[in-house]
Amino acid sequence: MSESGGVNGDMTDAPIAIQLTDIVKRFPGVIANDGVNLTVRKGSVHAIVGENGAGKSTLMKTLYGAHQPNEGTITVNGQDRVFSSPKDAIADGIGMVFQAFMLAANLTVWENIVLGQEPGTKLSLNASEARSRIRELGERYGLDVDPDALISDLGVGDKQRVEILKVLYRGAEILILDEPTAVLVPQEVDALFASLRELTVEGATIIFISHKLDEVLKHADAITVIRQGKTVGEVPDPSTVTSHDLAEMMVGSELPTPETRDSTVTDQPVLELSGLTVKATESGGRDPVHNVSFIVHRGEIVGIAGVEGNGQSELVRSLVGLLPSTGTVLLDGDDIARLTTRERRDTGIGYISEDRQKDGLVLGFTLWENAALGHHHRPPFAKGPWLDVSGTKERTEAIVDEFDVRTPSINVPAFTLSGGNQQKLVVGREMTAEPKVLVAAHPTRGVDVGAQSVIWDILRDARAAGLGTILVSADLEELIGLSDRLLVMLRGEIVAEVDPATVTPAELGSYMTGATTGAH
Amino acid sequence: MLERIWRGSLAPLVAAAAAIVISSIALLISGNNPVDAFVEMWKTIDSTAAVVDIINTAVPLYISGVAVAIGFKMNLFNIGSNGQYLLAALIAGWAGAEVSLPPLLHVPFVFLVAMTVGGSWALIAGILNVTRNVNVVVSTIMLNYIGIGLSAFLLSEYLRDTENGGLVAQTKVMPESARLPSLNPIFEFFGFNFGPRVELLGFLPFAILLGVVYYVLLNRSLFGYELKLSGMNADAALSAGVNPKRMVLITLFMSGAVAGMIGLPFLLADPTFLKYGDAFPVTLGFTGLGLALLGRNSPIGVAAAALVWATIEVATRRLGSLGIPPEIGKILQGSFLLAAVIAYEVVRRRNDAAAAEEAAKATRADRETPPPSPPNETAPIGATS
Amino acid sequence: MSATIDATNVTPGRAPLLSSTRWRIVALVMVGVAVMSIARIIADNGDLTSSSTFGVALRTAAPIALAGLSGLIAERSGTINIGLDGMMVMGTIFAGWWGWQYGPWMALLGGIIGGMLGGLLMSVATTTFGVNHIVAGVAINLIAPGVARFMASELFVGVQGGSVTSSPGNSGSMGSFTVPFLSGGDLFGWRTPDILGWFEDTGWFMIADAAGFSKGMTTSVTWDVVLTIGLFFGMAYFLWHTPLGLRLRFSGERPSAAASLGVSVHKMRYIGMAISGGLAGMGGAVLVLFANRYQENQVAGRGFLGLATMIFGNWMPAGTAAGAGLFGYAQGITLRTNPAALVNALFLAAAIGLVLTAIYMGYRRSITGAGTVVAFSLVAFWAYFAVEEPNNQLVFVTPYVVTLIAVSVGAQRLRPPAEEGIPWFKGMQ
Repeated sequence: MSESGGVNGDMTDAPIAIQLTDIVKRFPGVIANDGVNLTVRKGSVHAIVGENGAGKSTLMKTLYGAHQPNEGTITVNGQDRVFSSPKDAIADGIGMVFQAFMLAANLTVWENIVLGQEPGTKLSLNASEARSRIRELGERYGLDVDPDALISDLGVGDKQRVEILKVLYRGAEILILDEPTAVLVPQEVDALFASLRELTVEGATIIFISHKLDEVLKHADAITVIRQGKTVGEVPDPSTVTSHDLAEMMVGSELPTPETRDSTVTDQPVLELSGLTVKATESGGRDPVHNVSFIVHRGEIVGIAGVEGNGQSELVRSLVGLLPSTGTVLLDGDDIARLTTRERRDTGIGYISEDRQKDGLVLGFTLWENAALGHHHRPPFAKGPWLDVSGTKERTEAIVDEFDVRTPSINVPAFTLSGGNQQKLVVGREMTAEPKVLVAAHPTRGVDVGAQSVIWDILRDARAAGLGTILVSADLEELIGLSDRLLVMLRGEIVAEVDPATVTPAELGSYMTGATTGAH
Repeated sequence: MLERIWRGSLAPLVAAAAAIVISSIALLISGNNPVDAFVEMWKTIDSTAAVVDIINTAVPLYISGVAVAIGFKMNLFNIGSNGQYLLAALIAGWAGAEVSLPPLLHVPFVFLVAMTVGGSWALIAGILNVTRNVNVVVSTIMLNYIGIGLSAFLLSEYLRDTENGGLVAQTKVMPESARLPSLNPIFEFFGFNFGPRVELLGFLPFAILLGVVYYVLLNRSLFGYELKLSGMNADAALSAGVNPKRMVLITLFMSGAVAGMIGLPFLLADPTFLKYGDAFPVTLGFTGLGLALLGRNSPIGVAAAALVWATIEVATRRLGSLGIPPEIGKILQGSFLLAAVIAYEVVRRRNDAAAAEEAAKATRADRETPPPSPPNETAPIGATS
Repeated sequence: MSATIDATNVTPGRAPLLSSTRWRIVALVMVGVAVMSIARIIADNGDLTSSSTFGVALRTAAPIALAGLSGLIAERSGTINIGLDGMMVMGTIFAGWWGWQYGPWMALLGGIIGGMLGGLLMSVATTTFGVNHIVAGVAINLIAPGVARFMASELFVGVQGGSVTSSPGNSGSMGSFTVPFLSGGDLFGWRTPDILGWFEDTGWFMIADAAGFSKGMTTSVTWDVVLTIGLFFGMAYFLWHTPLGLRLRFSGERPSAAASLGVSVHKMRYIGMAISGGLAGMGGAVLVLFANRYQENQVAGRGFLGLATMIFGNWMPAGTAAGAGLFGYAQGITLRTNPAALVNALFLAAAIGLVLTAIYMGYRRSITGAGTVVAFSLVAFWAYFAVEEPNNQLVFVTPYVVTLIAVSVGAQRLRPPAEEGIPWFKGMQ
């Protein structure tokens, strides 16, 4: 079992497990896959890379039978297959771990695993057999989870183990993992691939999606690159390529980097948090945010690193007044900790929420209606108690022009925009309001590289102009590259401050999991 | 513009056709001739008197539809408008008959009482929601039946007219100063004569005014913006600094206040009532739920829906003389409603998909960009994200 | 279900008195019996906890319970079924028709079929076409009375004893069952002793009341009610101990997870709605069997009451049964010989119970909660002292008030299926 090597011998002679030929998949307004080819050899770890929106997930869902291709053929172990539902794919030994976990939070681990292939008879579900089989699988593959635990009590890593157990429980020999490392720190990534490698020794085939090129080069036996719905490169031997080559194939150029050049940090504090605490909702529970204090200066980007679920999300929400908190928050010297969300926005807090589709935008609203969101009670969006439609439209046109939002018109609903353009609209809306402090949660999550580089530029320019920014991100490169200072959150507290100029992602990862402490 | 009208009316037209087919099948099964039935229905409404009758019938229905539409716009399902209006009509009817005021004050007084009572009753659901997190559907349903029972209780115990022997459970008749005159003179001034014993009731201008106010509030005010915003995405509203509790309270009060007006056409303008009592219509609130759905919560849509509803009601009145059960009207209305809500949904998904397609084309032509994916809640049938 | 925005999370200042759920339930039952017993003694009204009152309560609870169970299966499978009131109406008209034509057992079957038609119709709108569940439910509720009236006018008008508002009456009635020894039922023709009856007659504090309750549950229970009780156990087994039940719950909790493992969410939701409609229709049939005929407006909002029951019961069969019992009792006493006095005594019981609840909530430091309950208890005290002769309308209102109080007090702890009410289409995540 090689943890560092990645290449597991020469795979080019192994029999072909999966062959996808000329797959075409269309959605309204979109050709997600436009003639994709994929060849995966048995026993290999095969990476599919491409930027957001390239059509990787669509392709994998096609292979898993979650939807049907408009054209093209699927061959499994040499035989042509048509999958009308995941049931058919499962029967052929294919299993998939989705990017968003497919787990019912209020049900137990064993219920989530056996669903669809329940042990026992039609009239009686055999729970004890389910438990023992899950324990057995867990022991065999080192995936230990309590079968009776509720999913809602599990952490991200455990949930992923449950997902993999789900697949193994069905006896899958071909495992598809959609961005399995997106929420993991580097150490967890290594552990995950170690387990996966172990599975290949037993004859399993692994297909995983990623856009993290270093990780792909480190762990994959073969790579397929997809760009705008087409296969643009097949790499049977990853040792022959560099990440530069892969980036070239993925986007046709160098990948944008989040590096900030010169420091623009001033010594004027713009936001000072002291003793900020978000109380636990249950008595005796742990406070999601506990006694957090730090200062953001003008022209400074303060990055917050942390494994998902360690309080970053609550910190952000309490800063914009969406969660009640105790402690003080000084904006330019005035305490805003008791203000409502609206009042905070009015005094100069900008907010990019972690999920634009959830609360950053109203998908059914037009772009101009969305451009007013959160600022709608102020000119140019409002005149007294009335909506100023012409003023709003004018401002929207300006945002669309300045922030490169690609849209046929500002009168179309927001759902017609791509993720990147939606996000540019959100960022543009917040920046146009000229905030003193920007609270940005995952500002480039799920956007294409074009939008990503535009958003990074915007953040850098605003920083140069004196904006103080709090940046939360799961993308460690983004955090390290953009931040002037990095704080690590663990179990609701700031546990370390590190210098982004010197820290590596692996070091940062060990702070995030608590393996390394201190460095204040 | 023409295309917009066509797009807007496609679904209702399909639904109407479906309703006619379903009703015809029901008539055939029960051994009646659908053609005879529809011919008779047409004959019934083919007169000025019938048209006036339809408008008079539609007015309270319209108000009822608008009442719940206000809440529906925010995904706040005020199912209990029935209890709100009965309670409001009872107390307004009683109070209006108890006081003596000059005409210019008397009518506004009755309005004020009715709207306050209806609004306050609905507000209880709002208060329970924001303080105790009680689901509005549940609380308005409960308050609906409590309101119905309470109004019957108050009428029989405290508010009934005891002067004429007090045998009939009803409030005192409204005094002259609290009456809205019929609109006939205005039409006669322009040379229209409706004929004997046909009166266009005086509440119509108020219903029109209500529609205008509702339209302006919804589409031109910040409150309307926040209302739609809260309805379409409550999380986004919260992040945008909208106070959800305030919205719930205001919206439910407004919905209840408008519901409080449902009974006013009868109290103030209809000479056969002018009081609250046994013959008072008691299910208009439930009907309003259907009308808001049919009219898609828009002021004009609800008006059209109320007119259609009233037309069916008036048209089926004389079917009994042919031996055809007038209840076919209920089938017609019901199947129209169900077909319409389905048709709206199908058309909406089509339009969303078409919009996504158009936008993608326009953007692709501009420059190569990654494709958009339609959001989940608007995914077309069978499509995937 | 609607724009219910999370109110401030009530952070209880102190942990509950008893840590084990089982003991908390036992304590709650004991307190309940004690409160009823005290109210019986103070108000001097033995009928408050007599076996015949509980017998009637069981009878009136059955349709509400079925409606609650109907809502439960629908929501567990992901559909919010506001339309179940209309499905009950469909059940009554079919039961009235088949009961008149073929007898009581066919009335039951007819009711189930009628309700099921309604359930499937709604599922076409919600599951296949993705119509908002509240919207579709409201539509069903408006349609069903129309269909019933049309059918009644075709079926019953012109028949001896029938009219557009009433069926001619069922042919025959359903038998009943009394448990031997406990309540003096017959065993092979031998009349066994009536042990519970003896305890009931003693009038002892709490014991007589508990005996009255038990005897009411075991005396002259008609077979449709026995079946209803059985269905609760069946539902609990089905949902938690069969593969289909697991899949059904998944389509309410996380449909995309079910679909990702090849389970058809649409099929599950159709099954859920068919069962839901059938149960609602059966609830309608039970009403028809009780009245021995179909009557217009027989349902009188019991479908909504059933929904309230299900919410009160936190989407669990046992809780739903408890809620149905409570509301059945409140409705049942209006059918007793002196309902006014009973209701008055019940107001007292409610007032005492609410005061105790308020004290407990105060202990838990839930101040707004305690305040709400105190307000309700004052209303109950007022009703007990001020209203000499509560008239029928006020009595009619009782169950809805009880529900409103229960939901206001307990809404924080309620947990509906996570993804109910959201239209689901293939490929959604």
